[in-house]
Amino acid sequence: MASEPLLRVEDLRLHYRSGNGVVRALDGVSFDIRRNEALVVLGESGCGKSTLAKALMRLLPRNVQHFSGNLLVDGVETMGFSEERFRREVRWVRISMVMQAAMNALNPVIRVGEQVAEPLRVHRGWSARQARERTAEVFGLVGISADFLQRYPFELSGGMRQRAVLAMALVTEPDLVIMDEPTSALDVLTQASIMNALKRIKQELGTSFILITHDISTSSEIAERVALMYAGQLVEFADAKDFFGEPAHPYSKLLMASVPRLHQEETPVHIPGQPPNLLDPPEGCRFAERCPSRFDRCDRDPETFRIGNRRTVRCWLHAAGSRV
Amino acid sequence: MSAPARDIRRSAAGPVLSARDLHTWFELRQWGFLRVGSVRAVDGVNFELQAGEAVAFVGESGCGKSSLARTLLGLHQPTRGEVIFEGRSLGTLDARERKTYLARVGFVQQDPYGALPPFMDVRRILHEPLIVHGVRNRAEREKRAREALEEVRLSPPDDFLSKFPHMLSGGQQQRVVIARALILRPAMIIADEPVSMLDASVRVEILQLLRSIQTNHGLTLAFITHDLSTVRHFAERIFVMYAGRIVEQAPVNELLNHPQHPYTQALLGAISDPDPDNALQMREVPPGEPPSLLKPPAGCRFHPRCNRMIPGTCDQEDPPEFEPRNGHHTACWLYR
Amino acid sequence: MRPLLDGLRRMGRYPSALVGLAIIFALVGTAVFTVVTIPYGQALELWRGGDVWRMHPVNARPAWVDRIAGSNLPRTIVVSSDDAVIEEEPFVGGNRLRIPLEFDFDYDGFPSELNLFLTSSHTEREPFVRLTWETPDGRELNLGGRRPAREERVSISQDWELERRLGRVPHVGLFAAEPEGDGPPEVIGGRYRLVVDAITFEADARVDADLVVYGRVHGLAGTDHQRRDLMVALLWGIPVALAFGLLAAVGTTVTTLVIAAAGVWYGGWVDAVIQRLTEVNIILPMLPILVMVGTLYSTSIWVMLGVVIALGIFSAGIKMYRAMLLPIRESPYIEAAKAYGAGNARIILRYMIPRILPVLIPTFVTLIPTFVFLEASLALLGLGDPVLPTWGKVMNDAQTQSALYHGFYYWVLSPAALLMLTGLGFAMLGFALDRIFNPRLRTM
Repeated sequence: MASEPLLRVEDLRLHYRSGNGVVRALDGVSFDIRRNEALVVLGESGCGKSTLAKALMRLLPRNVQHFSGNLLVDGVETMGFSEERFRREVRWVRISMVMQAAMNALNPVIRVGEQVAEPLRVHRGWSARQARERTAEVFGLVGISADFLQRYPFELSGGMRQRAVLAMALVTEPDLVIMDEPTSALDVLTQASIMNALKRIKQELGTSFILITHDISTSSEIAERVALMYAGQLVEFADAKDFFGEPAHPYSKLLMASVPRLHQEETPVHIPGQPPNLLDPPEGCRFAERCPSRFDRCDRDPETFRIGNRRTVRCWLHAAGSRV
Repeated sequence: MSAPARDIRRSAAGPVLSARDLHTWFELRQWGFLRVGSVRAVDGVNFELQAGEAVAFVGESGCGKSSLARTLLGLHQPTRGEVIFEGRSLGTLDARERKTYLARVGFVQQDPYGALPPFMDVRRILHEPLIVHGVRNRAEREKRAREALEEVRLSPPDDFLSKFPHMLSGGQQQRVVIARALILRPAMIIADEPVSMLDASVRVEILQLLRSIQTNHGLTLAFITHDLSTVRHFAERIFVMYAGRIVEQAPVNELLNHPQHPYTQALLGAISDPDPDNALQMREVPPGEPPSLLKPPAGCRFHPRCNRMIPGTCDQEDPPEFEPRNGHHTACWLYR
Repeated sequence: MRPLLDGLRRMGRYPSALVGLAIIFALVGTAVFTVVTIPYGQALELWRGGDVWRMHPVNARPAWVDRIAGSNLPRTIVVSSDDAVIEEEPFVGGNRLRIPLEFDFDYDGFPSELNLFLTSSHTEREPFVRLTWETPDGRELNLGGRRPAREERVSISQDWELERRLGRVPHVGLFAAEPEGDGPPEVIGGRYRLVVDAITFEADARVDADLVVYGRVHGLAGTDHQRRDLMVALLWGIPVALAFGLLAAVGTTVTTLVIAAAGVWYGGWVDAVIQRLTEVNIILPMLPILVMVGTLYSTSIWVMLGVVIALGIFSAGIKMYRAMLLPIRESPYIEAAKAYGAGNARIILRYMIPRILPVLIPTFVTLIPTFVFLEASLALLGLGDPVLPTWGKVMNDAQTQSALYHGFYYWVLSPAALLMLTGLGFAMLGFALDRIFNPRLRTM
C-alpha cells in the first residue's frame, strides 16, 4: 500500500486540566509521514510539541480533559484501540520514542545493555542471550562499542547515553522513531555525530523519524519534511527544501530570520512579543498579535490552505490556495 | 606550559582584566579526606581583556569555561596563577577591596529562573546588591532599580518592580538578571551562557541587549558560550577552549574564516546553518570525546582525536602559542 | 513573601483549612477571654483549692450530662439567712433569733451532701443554736443543738447520730419518704425548711447561716475531688497549651533551621559537628530526660519548655532541613548573591531559609499539637507544673482518683476532648497548607 502514509494524524486535540483551567496544548493538528521519511516538528517551548510526541505514543498525562482526533498507522485507525491492544500492536512495535532528557532517566543501577534490551524482553519475550546479541548489533549501528553493554549509565558520557536511549528505541525495529529534543543538551560535535548516526540508520534500516526540536539548524541535518507549531497548532507543513528556502507563514519567516548563522554576516532578528497563553488562546489567528503582516481577516481563526502539492499553511495570506 | 599571551591591541591604559598562568583544580577526595586526584578544570590559561571590548570564550561542556568564569569572579580560588583586575591581583585584595571588586564585575548566569530568588519580587532583587554594598537610602535604591530596568528595556518599571520571577517570561527573567548585574555600575560583565536556556526567538534579543549595553557604557564583556554561531554578532574576539586550555584566539571574522587549530576547524565544520542540503551529506566529526580532566593526555590535549597529529611531538610536548597569522594565536605544533 | 500570601489566600478553597482555622480561632478567642476574665494570679489561687470551693459539690458531673441522660439530678442550692425572714425577740442580755431557711427541691435524685455554715459575731459567749428540719410532707426532725464558734461548719451529712436515727445517710434520709421495707429511698419533692433557732447572749451579737444542699451536677465542666470547678482548668489549659505548643514549635523550628542552614552553608567541620551532635541527640530518649529533670530539678512548665526546646535543637529536623537546603546552596541565585558580595549571614538568613519556608509552614503547624500533647503527657506522668491548671493535670488528678473506676468519665473525657480538638484544628490546617504549598500533592 504505497499510497497510505505510515502515520496519518488528523485533527488531533489534547486538552488537560491544570490548577488554573484547561490548557489547550494541542488544538487541531494534522500531518502525515511516509516510510523512510524524516519529519521535523519545530516550535518554541510551550507550543505543544512535546505534548504532541506523547500524544502520538498515547502516553497521556493523568489530568487529560479532552483527547480526540484520528491516528492512522498504515491506514488503520488506532484511536479506538484499547490501551492493551495499542501497547501490543503499536507502541514500541510500530512506533517507538526517545523522550526528552531520556538519557538522564536511565536507571543508574542497571547495566546499560540490559536496559536497552528491555523492550525485546517485554514485547518479544526474547531470551536474555538473544536480546543481548541483538542489542550488540544495534549498539554498533548507533555508534557505541559493544563493550559498553556491561557499563552502568554513570560510566557513559552524555553522548553515549543519548546513543544508548536511541538504541533502546531501535531494538524492536520499529517503522517510526519519535525523538523529543534528542540533541539539545549535547555539545556541537556530539550533536553532529548523532545526526550522522541518524542519517546512517535511516539509510540502512529505512526507518522514519519524527524529530521534535527547537533547534532549526541541527534539525536541517536530517529534515525532509518540516512541521512548524505555534500555540498548539500546526502553522506550516512543508518539504524541508521549501521551508528552509522560502518559508510561507509569517511566523516561519520570522523564525528563520531569527536563526543565528555561522557563515552569514547579517545579524539575526528577534520576534517581538510572546506566544499566547494556552489557557485562554485568542479568538482569531494565534500569531496575529506578533505578526507584521496582520490584517482584518486575522481576527477570525485562519483555515489551513494548500499551496502546491506538498505544503499547507494556516494563514489568511495564503487564502488563494485550496482549502484543506 | 604556554607562554603568556601577547596582547593584541594594548591600549595605553593596559588590560582591564588578565589571567596569568591561571589554574583551577578541584581536589577529588574519597571518604572525605583521601586525595585521589584533581580535576584540572582550568589548566594554564593566559589572556588579557582590554577595557570596552566584548570577547567570547567558546568551548564544549567540560572544557573549563564555566570554571574559568567563576575563578574570574572570585567564586573559586585559583590553584595557581593569578587574576589581575585593573592592575591588582585578586589574591592580594583584602575583604573590603574584594567586595569592591565584586561590585565592579557583574555576573549573568545561564538559567535565569534559577538565578532569581523565587521568593523575592523584582524590586527586592534589584535592591539586594545595593543593600549589600551599603546604599542605605531607599529612595536612591529605588531610583537605581528603575534606571536598571529601563536600561534592560523592561519599561515602564512599575509594571515589573512588584512582579515575582515566576510571573515573567524567560526573556524578561534574563533581563532582570542583567539589570541586577548592572545595578552596581560595573566595569565588566561576565555572562555565562546567557541565552542557552532561552527560546531561539528570544536569544537574539537578549544578546543584542547585552551588546548594546556593553557599547553604550564601554563595558568589558566576557561572554561564555558553546554556540559559535551566535558569537559573530556579539563579540569582537574569540577564545576557543579545549580541556582546560585556550587553544586558539583571534578576532571574530579572522577566526571564523581562517580557523587554524584542528579542533576549531572540527567545531566549525560540525555547526550547521539551516539548509536542506545538510541532510544529503555526513558531517566530518573527530572521533572520540574530550579527555578526562582528571588525567589529561600528555602533549597536546587534542592529539588523540586529531587527524593531523605529528607523532613524537604532539603526543609528548605541550604546544606553545604560535601566531600563524597576524593577531591570530593558536597552541598547535602545526604552526611551528 | 508574596508566594506565602498567595498560598494563604488559596486556603479559602480548602474546607479543612477553614474548619481548622475556625477551631484554632475559637481556641485562641477562648484563651484570650480566659486570661482576661480569670487573671493569672486568680487562676493559681483558685486552682490551689480550699475554702473558696466550700460551697461546691465533690465530683459533680457537668450539667449537660444530666440533660443528655434525660434525668433531673439536683443542682447545688445555697440558702442564706440574708434572704430569710428572721424573727427577732430581744431580751435582757441577749437575743432570740428564728431563721427559717426555705428552699424548693424538685429533683429526681438526692443531694450529694448537706452542710450548714454558721457565722456568729459574738465576742465572748457563744450563742446556742438549735436546728429543726421540716419536710414537705409535714414531718419535723430535730437536728440537735450546738454552740457554734465564730465560723462553724455543721456537717449535717456526717452526723452519725442522725444517720443512725434515719437509718440512712442524712442527705438521703432527710429528703426521703419514711422507709417502707427494703426498697430504694424515694425523693419527696416540695418545699423544705431548716429552722435555725439561735439564742445569743450578747446584745448586739448576730448569727448568720448558709445552708448548702450540694447537688450532683455542676456547671459545664463538673467538679473534682477537691470541689474545684474543672472549668477553671479546662479554660486555663487552653492558653497554657497553646503557649507551650507554639513556643516549643517556634523555639525548636527556628533554632534547628538556622543551625541546619549554617551547617549546610559552611560545610566542612561545622557541618560534621552538627551532624554528629544531631545523631547523638536523636538516640537520646527525650521522655526519660524530662522525667529526670522534673524529678530532680523542677517541674515548672517553663523549665520543661526550655528542656524540650534544648533537646529539640539538634533533632531529626536538622537532617530534613539539611536535605532541603543542600540543593539550594548550589542554586544559581545563591551563586549570584555571592557574586555581588552578600555575606554569609545574609545568604543564610535572607536567601536560603526563606526558600524553604513555604514547605516548612505546614510542618510547623502540625508540630504545635505534638508539643501540646507532650506537655499533657508530662503532666499525666505527674510532672505537670505544680501551680498552673492544665489539661494534663486534670487528667493526672482523674487518674490518681481512679475517675474511670468511679464512673466520672467527664473528668477524663473533657480534657482529652480539648486535646483532640486542638490536635484536630492544627492538623486540618497543617494538611491543607501542605497541599497548598507543595503543589505536587495537590493533583493527587
